[in-house]
Amino acid sequence: MTTIDVGSRAFDELNKEIRACTDTELVLNNVQGQRYIGCALSRRCITIEGTPGNALGSYLDGCTIIVNGNAQDATGDTMNDGRIIIHGSCGDATGYSMRGGKIFIRDSAGYRSGIHMKAYEEKQPVIIIGDRAGSFLGEYLAGGTIIVLGLHQEGKAPVGYFCGTGMHGGKIYLRCDTLPSDLPQQVSASDATPEDFAEISESLEDYCSTFALDKEALLSDHFFVLRPNSSTPYKMLYTNV
Amino acid sequence: MEIHQKRMPLEGEERFSSGCAISGLFNKNGDRFSGRDAITSISVMHDRSNGLGGGFAGYGIYPEYKDFYAFHIFYYGNEAKRNCEEYLDEHFDLINLSKIPTQKHHNITDEPLIWRYFVTPLPTKLVNSQLDEKEYTARCVIHINTDIKGAYVFSSGKNMGVFKAVGYPEDVGEFYRLDDYKGYSWTVHGRYPTNTPGWWGGAHPFALLDYSVVHNGEISSYDANRRFIEMYGYNCTLQTDTEVITYMIDYLHRRQGLNFEEVAHVIAAPFWSTIGRKSEEEIAEYTYLRNTFASMLITGPFSIILGFNGGLMALNDRLKLRSLVAAEKGDMVYLASEEAAIRIIEPNPDRVWHPSGGKPVIVTLNK
Repeated sequence: MTTIDVGSRAFDELNKEIRACTDTELVLNNVQGQRYIGCALSRRCITIEGTPGNALGSYLDGCTIIVNGNAQDATGDTMNDGRIIIHGSCGDATGYSMRGGKIFIRDSAGYRSGIHMKAYEEKQPVIIIGDRAGSFLGEYLAGGTIIVLGLHQEGKAPVGYFCGTGMHGGKIYLRCDTLPSDLPQQVSASDATPEDFAEISESLEDYCSTFALDKEALLSDHFFVLRPNSSTPYKMLYTNV
Repeated sequence: MEIHQKRMPLEGEERFSSGCAISGLFNKNGDRFSGRDAITSISVMHDRSNGLGGGFAGYGIYPEYKDFYAFHIFYYGNEAKRNCEEYLDEHFDLINLSKIPTQKHHNITDEPLIWRYFVTPLPTKLVNSQLDEKEYTARCVIHINTDIKGAYVFSSGKNMGVFKAVGYPEDVGEFYRLDDYKGYSWTVHGRYPTNTPGWWGGAHPFALLDYSVVHNGEISSYDANRRFIEMYGYNCTLQTDTEVITYMIDYLHRRQGLNFEEVAHVIAAPFWSTIGRKSEEEIAEYTYLRNTFASMLITGPFSIILGFNGGLMALNDRLKLRSLVAAEKGDMVYLASEEAAIRIIEPNPDRVWHPSGGKPVIVTLNK
């Protein structure tokens, strides 16, 4: 295991050192907002103490990143594979254009989580948020799965305004009793079925063991699933020009 | 464009992947602290700026002159200084004047003459003008910035001051020796100009009377806002969009008497669809504000921190297209573009949160 005391050093220097490191286990202490940590890396595990900067794990390609604290904006930007685990909250645009891998957030996420996330065959990205997501969750969602568990939200919709705006693929799971009041017409909501639960079972198992939660208790509560509405699809807006 | 503005590197001459940075620190108890923490906070976000502007506003820094307007003025040449001082003499009692103390810094060059005046309106002139003291002073500031060539009043409030320059903000803080000032509130900005030249007057904060604004973003509605505000005696002379926000806030808060919450609901008004889902009382209020001040809606991405005597307000555009983090620890409130810029000065805040778009965070001194 290699440990780096990061302090105030420049982000490019730090990332060069991380890339040059041959150790599979890396601990970064005292991180002070350095950007692009772990960019495009594969096959290793980076643990972060402190506050990583924007675009943490951008283009990530198989690496695991664990943050013991909060992350900033654009975590997992265009991530391809791997895992990002946040023991805290995230800023805006988490999983921006993500196309593979998993992002687990223990607490809340800011605006635009999963914006323009996409999926193709074996590439099926997943974002799971424990408490609540800000407005524009899954904006322009094209594929993949977003789950918001609504912990500590007392059954209220665990999202801000404009959830699923522009959504034309993928699925959003919300654990709550009432739907967001302003879902766009192009999004349809239904109660989660056993098939829906089966699809997320493995990811949820993984999330619950990471943050010591009771999966069965969570699954016994009510979930909505949001999908693109096939009768009034955004697809028509984008492709039938 | 003036010759002194042409010497600065212009937009497009250099390109770095970046964005502006803002930070604010406030002690609710009114305890005063030096500008050092503001320098430390903004230095963490160094990569968000490109060296074309940095600046600070400190509140509570001139207690010995708290009843007088503190004018900070850039002069490009001695003639500008002569003309401006002549004008000041005609309109104000000059209580004290001096160069603003600076120390040479290798990254801060081409500085104009930088002077400070503590002034109060001449009683006879004030009576004859039939204006209140603040309006009189604001009009004089606008006159100087518009009509006296090469003179720019960049700070004009009581018991507060703006310090700004072309450079990285942490260097600007050293240049102005901000360790030597103590305030209960500081805001700071690191600039990455996108559409307008980087010059001394174009650095943030932008201030009029005791209002100061630091801003990350760009205003799509700039021209609509500018045309509206210029009908009310303001003149946009500093060649950048943020300036207009300062004047709009002065107009809405000082002249129209709106409180800061209402000001936020005008400049970052929610969508009509969002308003429609609120309570009847709120629908009435929001609808009134949107209709009455339709030209004061600011569109485009922004996060701003407004400083005023006794408080701070942070605000995002309604879509939250720029980042903003807030935190509290005891009597201290912290605001910044990035959480790392808060944790560098307060590693263990009691509470950290991400304000929602269009929802102001307003903090004021304890009574």
